Amino acid sequence: MFELLGIPPQALFGQLLLGLINGAFYAMLSLGLAVIFGLLNVINFTHGAQYMMGAFGAWMLLNYAGIPFWGALVLSPIVVAIIGMVIERTLLKRLYHLDHLYGLLLTFGLALILEGLFRRQYGSSGLPYNNPLPGGTNLGFMFLPNYRAFVVAASLVVCLATWFVIERTKLGSYLRAATERPDLVQAFGIDVPRMITLTYGFGVGLAALAGVLAAPAYQVSPTMGSNLIIVVFAVVVIGGMGSIMGAIVTGFGLGVIEGLTKVFYPEASSTVIFVIMALVLMVKPAGLFGTAK
Amino acid sequence: MSSATHPAAAPATSGAGSNAMILFAVAAVAVLLVAPFGVYPVFLMKVMCFALFACAFNLLLGYTGLLSFGHAMFFGGSAYICAHTTKVLGFTPELALLAGVAFSAVLGLLAGLLAIRRQGIYFAMVTLALAQMFFFFCLQAKFTGGEDGLQAVPRRPLFGVIDISQDIHLYYFVLAIFLFGFFVIYRTIHSPFGQVLKAIRENEPRAISLGYRANQYKLLAFVLSAALAGLAGSTKVLVFQLASLTDVAWQMSGEVVLMTLVGGMGTVLGPVVGAAVIVTMQNYLAGLGEWVLVIQGVIFVLAVSLFRRGFVGEVIAVWQQMKARKANS
Repeated sequence: MFELLGIPPQALFGQLLLGLINGAFYAMLSLGLAVIFGLLNVINFTHGAQYMMGAFGAWMLLNYAGIPFWGALVLSPIVVAIIGMVIERTLLKRLYHLDHLYGLLLTFGLALILEGLFRRQYGSSGLPYNNPLPGGTNLGFMFLPNYRAFVVAASLVVCLATWFVIERTKLGSYLRAATERPDLVQAFGIDVPRMITLTYGFGVGLAALAGVLAAPAYQVSPTMGSNLIIVVFAVVVIGGMGSIMGAIVTGFGLGVIEGLTKVFYPEASSTVIFVIMALVLMVKPAGLFGTAK
Repeated sequence: MSSATHPAAAPATSGAGSNAMILFAVAAVAVLLVAPFGVYPVFLMKVMCFALFACAFNLLLGYTGLLSFGHAMFFGGSAYICAHTTKVLGFTPELALLAGVAFSAVLGLLAGLLAIRRQGIYFAMVTLALAQMFFFFCLQAKFTGGEDGLQAVPRRPLFGVIDISQDIHLYYFVLAIFLFGFFVIYRTIHSPFGQVLKAIRENEPRAISLGYRANQYKLLAFVLSAALAGLAGSTKVLVFQLASLTDVAWQMSGEVVLMTLVGGMGTVLGPVVGAAVIVTMQNYLAGLGEWVLVIQGVIFVLAVSLFRRGFVGEVIAVWQQMKARKANS
């Protein structure tokens, strides 16, 4: 086999694939954050905890109720989304008239509560979750595990479907209108508060879905969310929250860049996204796809 | 930030008020001078370190309207420098403190230059991300000792002559540092510079249109806050003889936000009260393990939902109401 800059192609493509999977999670999480921020003006710090709850939901459904991965893929996000909507109705709703920072602080507190509860119950070390799609395909230049291919494909489908619904359907046009002028949309007879609740539920459900997909790929652990959410915040700052497509492209792109860094300069792999964020802030403070507001 | 964020802006000190203030300050210092004879000095020193940290943070959140979610990098970064210079290079405490503060000021300048390019929520996310980058740097760098941190940092004599190895001796040095830091912050808030910061907090475009270079003011406030947070972090090393990853982790940044929020942001004494409450709580609940995290989260939610003004903010509000009622009758 040929070698590229002294790196065997198996390692290169293997890391690229891992990068794509990470990118899939970045894309789904930053997409959810962007949708929620658009309508609620809240940066949902609980997003990481809700991703973790999605993964734990899958683990619990399997171990306590015997429901396999494919059932959990549907059930777990719905349950987590319902919990999210209850939180929105009872706590978040009361902060909309205040400065945005209070929403951030409240959701940060909720994230601490959730992470603490799961850590107390299940410990800090991870729990294993069996791969529902064992085996793989040999593509000649690399070995492609079936489940990893499925994660990337599923995430792409979900992201593009979200983009289609928001940018190309009537429901999406209501949503975009309410993002711009909620008062006017309300005056046209659309129930904006209910729309806000459902939007929050949708964004949270997206995070939980990413969590279920992550369960077999990584381990299920209470700290999986808080580690990821900070990286996703950097992704959001890089991409800007102005566009849906921007969130998707930035998420996948940064995942791939991170994967490549692991091959060529492993020491920097945990910081490369933050470095890119600093560079983007110097050149284009509003973010790659953002508009200065 | 809107004015709704700061219902507890510090009241203007009138003639009678400032006399009462001086009396209160003298009484407080007197209590602090005798306190170590009644209370465990290490606990008091811990409270003062975190109180200084929270006051430095409040300078930014309460008086400039910038929520930094990455202040652990200044606190912990300075702690590492102080511990390293003391342990490996053999610096005396005052030089190690200076080195730590200088480091956090430079770090604050670099982080501030990047962070003030964004506002509001983005500012919080940028500072959080920068602090996480610094965390990974500390995890991998050789001089920080990785997971172990820098342990058993010696307490060398102050200025090479004054012995501070006894807790009770160290206490008075820490008290002096705390009072110095608190005084610097107090003077900053009540200076023309502080007034401009408040103007920027209330209405940035208006401050700019009046001719103030808001970004330069914000940057200076950021560097000052970072340097004082660094002073708190370095002092903590003298007390506990330890610098570790805990000091630079994002949980530490969250803790200082919580202290300021509970005590009352935008009040002079709020962060001190908040730090005392949270440190006391951590001490009593240390045996409960993971519940501490849950309880901190619950306090966050309660504080944001029910008493956004914090302890000191609520007291000031009640006091002002009573004064208004007296004036009316």
